[in-house]
Parts: sequence; C-alpha cells; structure tokens
Amino acid sequence: MNDDSAFIDLTRQHQIFVNRVMVACLLAVILGIVIIARYFDLQVTRHQDFVTQADNNRVHMRPASPSRGLIYDRNGNLLADNRPTYNLTIVRERSPDMDQLLTDLSVLIDISDHDVVQFRKRLKRRKPYENTALKYSLSERERSILAVNSFRLDGAEVSARLTRHYPSGELFAHVIGYVGRINEAESQSIDAIKYSGTDSIGKIGIEKYYEESLLGQVGNEHVETNARGRVMRRLSKVDPLSGASLTLHLDRRLQATAHAALKDQRAALVAIEVKSGGILAMVSTPSYDPNLFVSGISQSNYSALVQSEDRPLFNRAIRGQYPPGSTIKPMFGLIGLQNEDVSSEHRIDDPGYFYLNGVERPWRDHNFKRGGHGKGVDLTEAIVESCDVYFYNMSVDTGIDVLAEYSQQFGLGSLTGLDIPGEQSGIMPTKEWKKRERGEAWFNGDTINTSIGQGYMLATPLQLAVMSARLASRGKVLQPRLVKARDGVEEPIAEQSTLIDIKAEHWDYMHNAMRNVIHSPRGTANSIRSGLTYQMAGKTGTAQVISISANDEYDRDKINQRQWDHALFIAFAPVENPQIAIGLIVENGEHGSSTAAPVARLVIDEYMKNQTKQQLGQR
Amino acid sequence: MQKGDFVRQLQTPGGSIRMRQALNLDYILLAILLTLCTVSLLVIYSASGQSTIYVKRQLVFMMIGLVVMGLMAQFPPRVWERWAFLLYIAGALSLAAVLLFGVEVNGAQRWLNLGFTRLQPSEFMKICVPLMIASYIAKNTIPPSFKHVVLAVLLIFLPAFLVIKQPDLGTAILISVSGFFVLFLAGLQRRYLVSAFVLALAALPSLWFFVMRDYQKQRVLTLLNPQQDKLGAGWNIIQSTTAIGSGGWSGKGWTRGTQSQLNFLPESHTDFIIAVLAEEFGLIGVLLLCVLYFLLIGRCLFIGLKATSMFGRLFAGSVALTLFVFVFVNLSMVSGILPVVGAPLPLISYGGTAIVTLFVGFGILMSVAGESKKR
Repeated sequence: MNDDSAFIDLTRQHQIFVNRVMVACLLAVILGIVIIARYFDLQVTRHQDFVTQADNNRVHMRPASPSRGLIYDRNGNLLADNRPTYNLTIVRERSPDMDQLLTDLSVLIDISDHDVVQFRKRLKRRKPYENTALKYSLSERERSILAVNSFRLDGAEVSARLTRHYPSGELFAHVIGYVGRINEAESQSIDAIKYSGTDSIGKIGIEKYYEESLLGQVGNEHVETNARGRVMRRLSKVDPLSGASLTLHLDRRLQATAHAALKDQRAALVAIEVKSGGILAMVSTPSYDPNLFVSGISQSNYSALVQSEDRPLFNRAIRGQYPPGSTIKPMFGLIGLQNEDVSSEHRIDDPGYFYLNGVERPWRDHNFKRGGHGKGVDLTEAIVESCDVYFYNMSVDTGIDVLAEYSQQFGLGSLTGLDIPGEQSGIMPTKEWKKRERGEAWFNGDTINTSIGQGYMLATPLQLAVMSARLASRGKVLQPRLVKARDGVEEPIAEQSTLIDIKAEHWDYMHNAMRNVIHSPRGTANSIRSGLTYQMAGKTGTAQVISISANDEYDRDKINQRQWDHALFIAFAPVENPQIAIGLIVENGEHGSSTAAPVARLVIDEYMKNQTKQQLGQR
Repeated sequence: MQKGDFVRQLQTPGGSIRMRQALNLDYILLAILLTLCTVSLLVIYSASGQSTIYVKRQLVFMMIGLVVMGLMAQFPPRVWERWAFLLYIAGALSLAAVLLFGVEVNGAQRWLNLGFTRLQPSEFMKICVPLMIASYIAKNTIPPSFKHVVLAVLLIFLPAFLVIKQPDLGTAILISVSGFFVLFLAGLQRRYLVSAFVLALAALPSLWFFVMRDYQKQRVLTLLNPQQDKLGAGWNIIQSTTAIGSGGWSGKGWTRGTQSQLNFLPESHTDFIIAVLAEEFGLIGVLLLCVLYFLLIGRCLFIGLKATSMFGRLFAGSVALTLFVFVFVNLSMVSGILPVVGAPLPLISYGGTAIVTLFVGFGILMSVAGESKKR
C-alpha cells in the first residue's frame, strides 16, 4: 500500500463511518419521536385519566364508626358500655396471597378453624378495600406479636374498635339483651351505608328494640394510604354522631336484689313503678352473660346454654306463659263487685267442693281435705284465704264475657306493648277464642276453671305485674315502659287513655282485702308480715303444672320435681299510696306464700328503703 | 505483551510532558455528565422516600467514577485499544464467577459479593464488549471481512450467553446490541445486516420457546394487556404509566409525587426512576432530560467523527448509539411500549457498577477526544 491509496482508504473508511452514523441518527430520531409521542400521550392527552387513577390509588374513604349509645339505669349506673378492643382485620386487596397470610398468622397467634370459617363468610359480603375481621379482642401479647411481624403480614392490620360491654353481666341480660355481629340475613335487610362503620347490631332486648336510636350516625374520612394500605394522613373528615344514650326505669339495686333471691331457681319477676308504668326490675332466671355474644359466642358455650334444661336463654318474664292461678282473684272479685254479682255483704258456704248444675264431677277447693273454708265466706275472706268455691259460684253468674272484657283492660290476654321484642300475649279465653282455637263451644265449666286462673288461661309474669300495677293504681291503664329518657330527655308517659270502670268503693274494698292477705293472721302470705314498716297488699297463687283428676290429689312425693306446682305472687305497696307493683313466678315453687312472696318482700323492702332515703334527702 | 507498551508509555518523555502541561478532559462532556449526575441525585433522593442513604452511596460511586474517568482520559486511546482484550477476559471471567458463586436477588443471580460492596459484572460488560470489538475490528480491514465478522460475533455471544444464564435476557440483548453497533459503524456489508435481521426474526420463536422463562413471557404478555393481572405482573406497568400520566405538563413537584412517595411505584430509584421524574417534573422535565441525553449522545458522536483512529471512532460511535438504545429501552419499558427488562436509565438510575462503568466508557471517550485535539 502506498501513501496515496492509504489516504484514499482512510477517507473511504471515514466516509463509511459518517454514512453509518447518519443512518443511525435517522433511526434514533424516529425512535426519539415515538418516545416523546408516548410521553405526550400519557402526560397530556390522557393526563386526567391518570390523575383520577392516581387518586383512586391513594385516597380511600373510610367510614368513621359512631359510638353506640350508652344505657343507664334510673340512677345513672352504666348498664351497657363501649370499650376499646383490638381486632385483627385483613384487607383482601392488600394481601397478595390470602392462604399464605392465614397460615403465617396462625403460626404467630392462635386462630381457630371457626375464626377462619367465619372470616371467609364475611369476606364474601365485604366491599372492596374494606377491613374484614379475622379475630376479635386480641390480647396485649397477641397485639405485640403482630406489631413486630407486621412488615411481613401485608394486608393484615390490628384495628381498634369500640366493643359493647355489659358491666353487670348476667344481671340485665334478659332486659337489655346484647349486640352481636351482623349476620348474613341481617346484612340483607339493613341499610349498608348506615352500618358501614359498624359490625354489630342489637340482637334482642333493648339493644334490638332501640337499635335505631343507639346506632348513631356513621361519619367518614378520606385518608391517603400507601401501596401497602397503611394510612399516611387524613385528608378530610365528617365526624360520626354517637347514638342516643338511654336511661331506663330500671333500678340496678332492685334488679340485683331480685336476681340474687331467684338466681338458683327457674323464676321471673317484674316490678313496675305505679305512677309511670316504668319497669323497675325485670328478672328471669337462670340468666347468662351477654358479653359472651358480643364478639361471637364459642360453639361450646352456646351449646351449653341451649342444651341446659333450665333454659337460661329463655326470657321467662315476657315469654313464659303460666296459668296465673289465684293471683287473678282480686281482679275477678272487683269485676264481680262492679257487675253486682256479689257485694261486700255477700257470703257463701264452702264445703270444700262445688257442683255445677247438671255436671256430675265436682270442682274442688284447694283445701277441700280440711272441709273447705266453712260457712259464711265473704269476698275478703275469699281473697285473704284464697277460697276457690266463692269464685266458682261468682263466675257462673258473671259469665266469661264480662270477666274477659275487664281482664283485658287489666292487661291479660294481649301484648302489653313493652318496649322490647319477643313478648308473648298469654291467653284470656273467651267464647270466640275457644271456638276459633279449639273448635268447641264454651261451657260453664270452662268459666269455673278460668275463675281461679286455671283452665285455658295463661299470663306472663309481665302481665301479672301489669295487672298488679293497675290494681294498685285503681284502674289507670298505663303502658309498661323500660326507657325513661333518651339523651336526657324524658320520654312522654303513655297517655292515661282509659280508667278501668270500677267504683272507688270497690277499689277500697279490694285494696283492704289484699292488704289482709299479708297483714291478717289468716292471710295466705301472712308469713312475710313480720317487720314490715309499711302496708303491703298482695295475693298468692299456685298453678298446676299437671292436671290432677278429681279423685286424685296432689302429692309432691309422687311426682317429678319439674311437675311441682308453680308458685306465684302479686303485690303492691304502700297500700295507701301505691308506688311499686310486682308480679312474680317461681317455677315448681309449689306455694306462692312460701317461695314467691318472700322475694317480693325483699324487692319492695329495697325499694321502700331507697324511697325513704330520697325523701330524707329532699328534705 | 500490551502491558509492556503501557509501562513504556508512562516512561516516554512526551507522555509525562503532556501530563504536566494540562489535564486532558473534555469539558463539554464533563459539564453534561455533571448536570445529569445532579438530576440523578435529586430524583434518587425523592424516589427513595427522601432518605439520603441512596443519595450518599450514589454520590460516592459518582466520585469514584469521575476519578476513574479523569485518570483514564490521561492515557492515549492506543493504551485502551491494547488493554481491551484483558478487560474483556476479566469481564468474561467475572461473569462466569457470578454463575458459580454469585448472590441471588429477586430470583436472579447477577451480583458478586466482594465483602464491602456488590458488583454487577453484566453492567461492566456493556462497555467491555464494544471496547473489545472496536479494538479487534480496528486492527483489521474496514469494512470487516467475513472471518472477522464471525469471530466478532463469537466474542459478542460468549458474554451474552453467560448473562442469559443469570438469567438476564434484557441485559444480554443490550450487550449484544452494543457489540453489533461497532460492526455496523465499521461498515458491515448490507448483506450481513439483512441476514442478521432475518436471523434475529427467525430466532424470536425459538427464543420464546427455549430461552425465555415463564416470568419473561409473562412480561411480554403483560405489555399487551396490563389490566389482566392488576396486582401481579401488570402492577408495575399500571403504576408506572399512572405515575407518568398523572404528572401532566409540569408535574406534581419535587418529592410530591403520590405514586412514588406512597410506594405504589416499584423499583422507583432504579429501573423505574423515569416514572418518578415524569410524575414530579412532568412532560417538561422529561423533555429537558431528553435534551440532556441528546447533547450527551451528540457530543459522543462528535468525538467519534473527529477521532483520528479507527478504534476511537468505532468506540465513540458505539458508545453513543448504545447510550441511545439504553435510554430508549428504559423510557419505553417504563411507559409500557416495551416489555419490562432489567435496564436502568443510564446516569440517572441508582446503581454503583453501572455508573462507574459508564464513567469508564466516558474516560476512554475523553482519551479519544484528547488525541484528536492534539493534532
């Protein structure tokens, strides 16, 4: 190669390079334009779409839970409270592998199969990006374990919630009821928006009846979350409104007294404030701890409650229907007086049994063995000593129609309208009722059975208390109420629409007769008299659980304890100015005088003691 | 053999005089690089959740890179032309070492643990391969003969194969491309170009069925429909396009991009860093960055065009084109027009090996520029 050709070669080589660079630049410019076009498209043309998308990424609306209204007794004692608890919740969208997460969590803390099953059910009902609870009420230890491991538990979160708590435990279970987690059926019927911050709902009792008031109004907050779902800051907030607090007529002390006296028996007691119709105490035993239900009762606890022979979940006070027995005698006596079938002078002879014209079988008096109550029994004696034959006689004259019509005004045979759900209506039989329900005609014998609160007649302890209160108030028809005030504002007392049409002198007469049940030496409840500092009126009752044929007699040793007679008692006090009225039943308690009446005495004593204190305080 | 040359070079009086006269630095190139480094540190700071850890580390690597670049620029290109082979062998050996005892991160074995730091030899190869090919081709006839082309292709594929094994298909392709640019600039005949193009097309199906792993295929499929697997494979691309798109014209402001600050954006300080820049500085920021790259690539090409040696010319030209391809691939993959491959944005993404390697390349470029200035 000489210099010349080498030079030409070099120039040619350079030229090739320059050409290739030109080609490359051309391609680069084209590709550069593609890139810029792409960024222009994303950042200018579709800018708004991506702004929306970026905001959707980071901004989430979270409901702000309202705190549930508190429930107090009449003296301001807290009966239902909210306590902070910590729950383990999971956001489905934030956890890349749900099964893995559940496995990891179950290694760290104790998570039962039941928890997982329930969680998966809830998972199906939730909204996107919503917290779904896996385990409730974490212990402090569990919380710290989760906190330490949170970095590898994407999607899992410990969230604080206010949870219902019932400080008095089983004392008020049957009245206040409880809240529980919203179940599948409920989630269909509730307003999803109202409940977006709430995962529990009133299931029974006050909690259910006043659900709407107690719930409160959900608020919301817009929060900015990072990619792992952690809340970085709050952008805006609408505060929730807490639910109305309820003040009940209930008196914790009376409730406790009654509960303590009855807790080892199957029994129910209702105490009513005469002037307002407010329920002072309402006890059904045995009871249960409502706190068990709040965050899901365990299967074993639930089975134990359901399978117990004593049926602790059964609210005897409003759902238990019992033959009222002799407790209805004062009311029937008043009806007889008003209807002029009997008078205060009217007397009968009681040989211990009663024959109805044309019927062979006798109706026996409960003390027929001792030959009845003897000659010249008047209405007072019939009440004080509980003479059946007097009422057998009277009822045939009065007739079932009149008895039923008045009884209904005393609250029997229909719902009292108390402000908790589940009440039973009892039965006040009439001719129409028997025709409708049994398809049979009414016989005078049916009237005779009814006259001593047996036969078809059934009443709940609540109805007994209502009847007692209406006896005490001389016929003022007041609807029984549990709630006294909402958020401090007194509820209007249900209007005294009617006054049972019975003459004042008859009321005087009957109040005196009922007073003698306790204060007269011959009274059936005479045993509770000693030490009374006030005048108390009452009436005992005994209700047959099994029917005893006319020729047999009741022999407690021969029959199962669960078939022993029920013991009943109604009472009010003080007689001259009645303030409290009571109805109660002790299942298989046999005698109203020995098992039921002393409990009423305890409760009324407690009430009177407090009244006296208050009066002293006022002075 | 070449080592002797290097020693002699240091001892020649001319060399030492030049050293004494002035530092050989291309100040225009240096200015562009420093500007890009500043942008890089700003964006890394924001992308790493306003922590200074990554900024400090990257700054250290930049310093090392600058010093290395400055040193390398003081030697004439002849030295690098001769050293090319040694660097290439060292690179290839370290790639083999990665496969034998590399560190595994995210299911790929790409790093060598040196105790005090981790090295990513595949990054280093992005410079070694064009250096090697440029040195090899420049020594022989231009345009290259068949024999030289075949040998050059083998020299390209050896490291590419080792990188595929890591597996890192993206980097392997980029390494190959940087080698081919040398051949292209050396005037590789059109028939080779066409057959290479046809071969590449033909290789695509076998690449799909035999080389690509499931996750790589998934990335390609995801590109076609990112919404299909929103929380899985599609997540990255959905979040990065959202970040870019929500930036608009002027962006949300430095450290105020919600996508990046709230961790929606994956790999925000490394491969996806352009999404942070686009979100916080908007289209204007992206365009300004493009201008910087345009100046950088232009300067490299200018140095190549002015170069007096074939080696200098080929190396400078291939660095320029390779830079362009890296930038293009990164901007495309983050904005969803190419599948996601492990390709950082040159000079901007966080990564020690990458930045030092780049500065090594620019050092050689400055050396080339210095020689042409001397004439």
